[in-house]
Amino acid sequence: MLNYTFDWSIITSGKYFDWLVAGLITTLKLSTISIVMAFLLGLLIAVMRMSNSKPIRWFAHAYLEFFRNTPLLVQIFFWYFGSYKILPTAVNDWLVSTNFEFAAAAIALTIYTSAFIAEDIRSGVLSIPKEQMEAARSAGFSYLRSMQYIILPQAVRITIPPLVNQFLNVAKNSSLAMTIGVMEMTYQARQVESYTFKGFEAFTAATVVYLLLSILITALVNAYNEKVLNIHKAA
Amino acid sequence: MIVFKGVHKWFKTLHVLNDINLHVTPGEVLVVCGPSGSGKSTLIRTINQLEPINEGSLIVDGYDLSDKKTDINKLRAEVGFVFQQFNLYPHLSVISNITLAPTKIRNISKKEAEEQAMVLLTRVGLSEKRDAYPSQLSGGQQQRVAIARALAMKPRIMLFDEPTSALDPEMIGEVLAVMKDLALSGMTMVVVTHEMGFAREVAHRVAFMADGIVLEEAHPEDFFMRPQHERAKQFLRQLLTPMQAECP
Ligand SMILES: Nc1ncnc2c1ncn2[C@@H]1O[C@H](COP(=O)(O)OP(=O)(O)OP(=O)(O)O)[C@@H](O)[C@H]1O
Ligand SMILES: [Mg+2]
Repeated sequence: MLNYTFDWSIITSGKYFDWLVAGLITTLKLSTISIVMAFLLGLLIAVMRMSNSKPIRWFAHAYLEFFRNTPLLVQIFFWYFGSYKILPTAVNDWLVSTNFEFAAAAIALTIYTSAFIAEDIRSGVLSIPKEQMEAARSAGFSYLRSMQYIILPQAVRITIPPLVNQFLNVAKNSSLAMTIGVMEMTYQARQVESYTFKGFEAFTAATVVYLLLSILITALVNAYNEKVLNIHKAA
Repeated sequence: MIVFKGVHKWFKTLHVLNDINLHVTPGEVLVVCGPSGSGKSTLIRTINQLEPINEGSLIVDGYDLSDKKTDINKLRAEVGFVFQQFNLYPHLSVISNITLAPTKIRNISKKEAEEQAMVLLTRVGLSEKRDAYPSQLSGGQQQRVAIARALAMKPRIMLFDEPTSALDPEMIGEVLAVMKDLALSGMTMVVVTHEMGFAREVAHRVAFMADGIVLEEAHPEDFFMRPQHERAKQFLRQLLTPMQAECP
């Protein structure tokens, strides 16, 4: 029979509550930084992927294939255990002095996600009629300026639904950072569990946090989208 | 101001422009007409290098388009282009459509650009639409905004590729009126159109194209009254027949 007494108090107050809150904050930080950076990097890679220059296009293509087709966990391990062997000492010293686990996890999440975002943005761009580029170019905009002012703003709007998915993935995937010791939500839930044996409560808390985070991200993007759409509708 | 000398262009094996020689002087209005597929769009699009030429020389407002070192973006800022399908930026309001290039390319202040844009919108009769979005405008209104957008760069040359072909008949007049007004103000214009009324009234010269060749180049009166080539006669007959059928 069930031989387990629930004790929710340990996760709603005291030391363990503080741990979970610390985990929540780290997860928020890691997700936010990775989402913003992955979006910017994804934009850049998408533009490079469509560049006129063959080497740039080829580089972006290789980047995409490489980072989309290897497991995120391996990439996290690579940045954490492997990167210091190829980085200059000065950079390493600085990284270690800051928070190397966090940095490695953020870099891995950013790069991994940027590859998916770049592909989403690229298909958004391809769906914009080529006449838009012609109109921009004939006004005197360079290729990159045309992208910046005319093509990408339209493409990103079309890309919002898949982008939300990528953002949600970042939030969820950030839990993998625990494997290299980043004290994020899952890590802290695990800690609470091993100190208290209250695994059910601890992981329920973690589940609720991820759920709320996902709802928050969706709501934020939708609010932004709504605002943009409203501007469009306004007479 | 625009000088074509022995210009050729191929799309793969298709010879779209075959030994084009044309000269447009400042303030002149040249109308280009001809049957579908004769190369009119390709011709007008070479003038701002939306289509690069393969052979010959093309000089536009002092810029040599056969020279790879020419700064093409600079030339394009001096040449306004109006498309058949308007191609307004759908994510921007009317006023932002007009001010985007002046503020980003000419680096003039937003305030000044908006003032100039309002002058242009008034000129094309759409000042009350400044905050509308392109999707909220009729075709004729969109095309007038597109003309205002091109004029906002203070171009030295205006190019029109069938600006009224995508419009409902009742909207053609309002766009042609704006173009006529522009021609009277002394703008150098190249206009691909089948609007023969406009050609007769406004053009200084008409170029007739067929199969990538400029077959005839004449004063509108001569072209319409005394076409020389059989192809031109045939083209004019076909153009006039449906119109007469429509207005008995
Ligand atoms: N990008 C392209 N690639 C290959 N062929 C093309 C391209 N653009 C146009 N052509 C071909 O070149 C020829 C001339 O086309 P163009 O658009 O200049 O004709 P047009 O006189 O403007 O015709 P219309 O009156 O139908 O607009 C046509 O046979 C067309 O199919
Ligand atoms: Mg055409």
